Amino acid sequence: MKLIVAIIRPDKLNDVLESLYRAEVKGLTVSRVLGHGGETDAVETYRGTTVKMELHEKVRLEIGVSNPFIEVTVRAILEAACTGEVGDGKIFVVPVENVYRIRTKEKDEAAVTPALH
Amino acid sequence: MVSSVLSAAALLAAAVQEAAAAAPPPTVSPADTAWMLVSTALVLLMTPGVAFFYGGLVRAKNALNTMMMCMAAFGVCGVIWAVVGYSLAFGTGGNYLGDFSFALLNNVGLDAKGTIPHVLFMAYQASFAVVTATLIAGAIVDRMRFGPYLAFIGLWTVFVYAPIAHWVWGGGWLSKLGVLDFAGGTVVHINAGVAATVAAIVVGRRKDFGRQAMLPHNVPFALLGAALLYFGWFGFNGGSALASNASASQAFAATMLAPMATLVVWMLLDYFRNKHATAVGAATAIVVGLVVITPAAGFVSPQSALFMGALGAIPSYYAIVWRSRTRLDDSLDVLAGHGVGGMTGALLTGVFADAAWGGTNGLLHGNPGQLLKQATGVAATIVYSAIASFVLLKAIAMVSALAADARAQGRGMDISQHGEEAYTNGEGALLVLETVEAQPAARPAKVATAGGVA
Repeated sequence: MKLIVAIIRPDKLNDVLESLYRAEVKGLTVSRVLGHGGETDAVETYRGTTVKMELHEKVRLEIGVSNPFIEVTVRAILEAACTGEVGDGKIFVVPVENVYRIRTKEKDEAAVTPALH
Repeated sequence: MVSSVLSAAALLAAAVQEAAAAAPPPTVSPADTAWMLVSTALVLLMTPGVAFFYGGLVRAKNALNTMMMCMAAFGVCGVIWAVVGYSLAFGTGGNYLGDFSFALLNNVGLDAKGTIPHVLFMAYQASFAVVTATLIAGAIVDRMRFGPYLAFIGLWTVFVYAPIAHWVWGGGWLSKLGVLDFAGGTVVHINAGVAATVAAIVVGRRKDFGRQAMLPHNVPFALLGAALLYFGWFGFNGGSALASNASASQAFAATMLAPMATLVVWMLLDYFRNKHATAVGAATAIVVGLVVITPAAGFVSPQSALFMGALGAIPSYYAIVWRSRTRLDDSLDVLAGHGVGGMTGALLTGVFADAAWGGTNGLLHGNPGQLLKQATGVAATIVYSAIASFVLLKAIAMVSALAADARAQGRGMDISQHGEEAYTNGEGALLVLETVEAQPAARPAKVATAGGVA
């Protein structure tokens, strides 16, 4: 059981969501974040002053997965989020102690298995 | 000596009287001038109105680009209008095009054109040329590069707008035929709607079209834009009487009533279809109602204006429903709003026009021939606008790519086209100073990024 944290480009979010959906990975959290990973700074101009944007908009995905899904999920994100240029992002696979599903009080593997409707 | 001067004066007076009897010299009316000054300013307000309407309907990352497409038309189309557009539209010329007699605003002076100064008439028409070009932007937002867009609307004003304006208002063949177009249903709305559709097809679809729902980022902006358009449209239609008179009042009332009826019908259609009356729908309905009444404003009774507004909602509403199921990426439904709305208005003008209300009788008043004339005007505008816009776009495409690449579209057109963002929070922004001596001594090379996560 792992927590997969992925930082990706905002314009790749759609591709990643589609790719995860195809891999049958369901249940995730998405947040907008600011970050910097060594890519070229974007230069913008406002009222005559030139500004270097050192922090770029990124999207962070957090996905709790059971062991058989770790590889599948990572692969899906790697394929969909890649443009080949600096700034594509990173994936962190983090160990998880326990997971609880609030609605049913289920624990661990059962809690990260998608609910049937 | 004295007697010869007197006799010369008498001769002159007689000559003047003779000339006056033959053709009374046009005089400038202060009342008409006052209303037309106000109308011109009102129509100029419609361009920012379109900017807010369109700007609110696009995604946040494209908001500035969309609004700039509208505001920049002031510059490009305004200057081109002064240089050559006005002359091609309103110079005497022939049946199809004006001439160069007013090029660079030569011979456009304080003399009377109708009952207002010629220079004011030119300014009023300039405000129309600008807002018409602006309407096209709605079909190609989110993807068309800024430079080619400006080239297109500039050329379009010269080669498409000016000729059609000449046909209808400049003494060209459609006006001789007797086509009724009070304030620009064909010249402005059908023309822009058709050109926009052609542009959407030639420029191509947006990167994520058909895969991702592209939602409006600021619906209150869209409502603000519709409100500004409503307000400005009183100058657009009311001013098209070119006088401060009964016709202007009639057009004013029609312009007020028609969108009201459209709004009611649109909300009902929306409610029965989706179980909600939507705000984006309401903003669209107001614009459609205004478009529909534009060709008819000075030719129909107030009751007919209400009917036209109500009927006008239906084709445009279903055109939007239909368009969203096709692969046509007319991003903000310029075809449905202005193209279909304009056609509905132009044809209904042939139905409701009333000689007692300043027009030629239409179908309902025993003159079915007028409907045929209206259809001719519509068809001619569609054909010419579509072909000429297509040729212009293809010509520009030979010099430079029309659409931004997928990467630029992904980052957003604000950053890729203008190097600005509409909603930047300023975090992580470093000031770049160009003068060496003004550099602060120690500036951190990088702001804290908590370990460079991305």
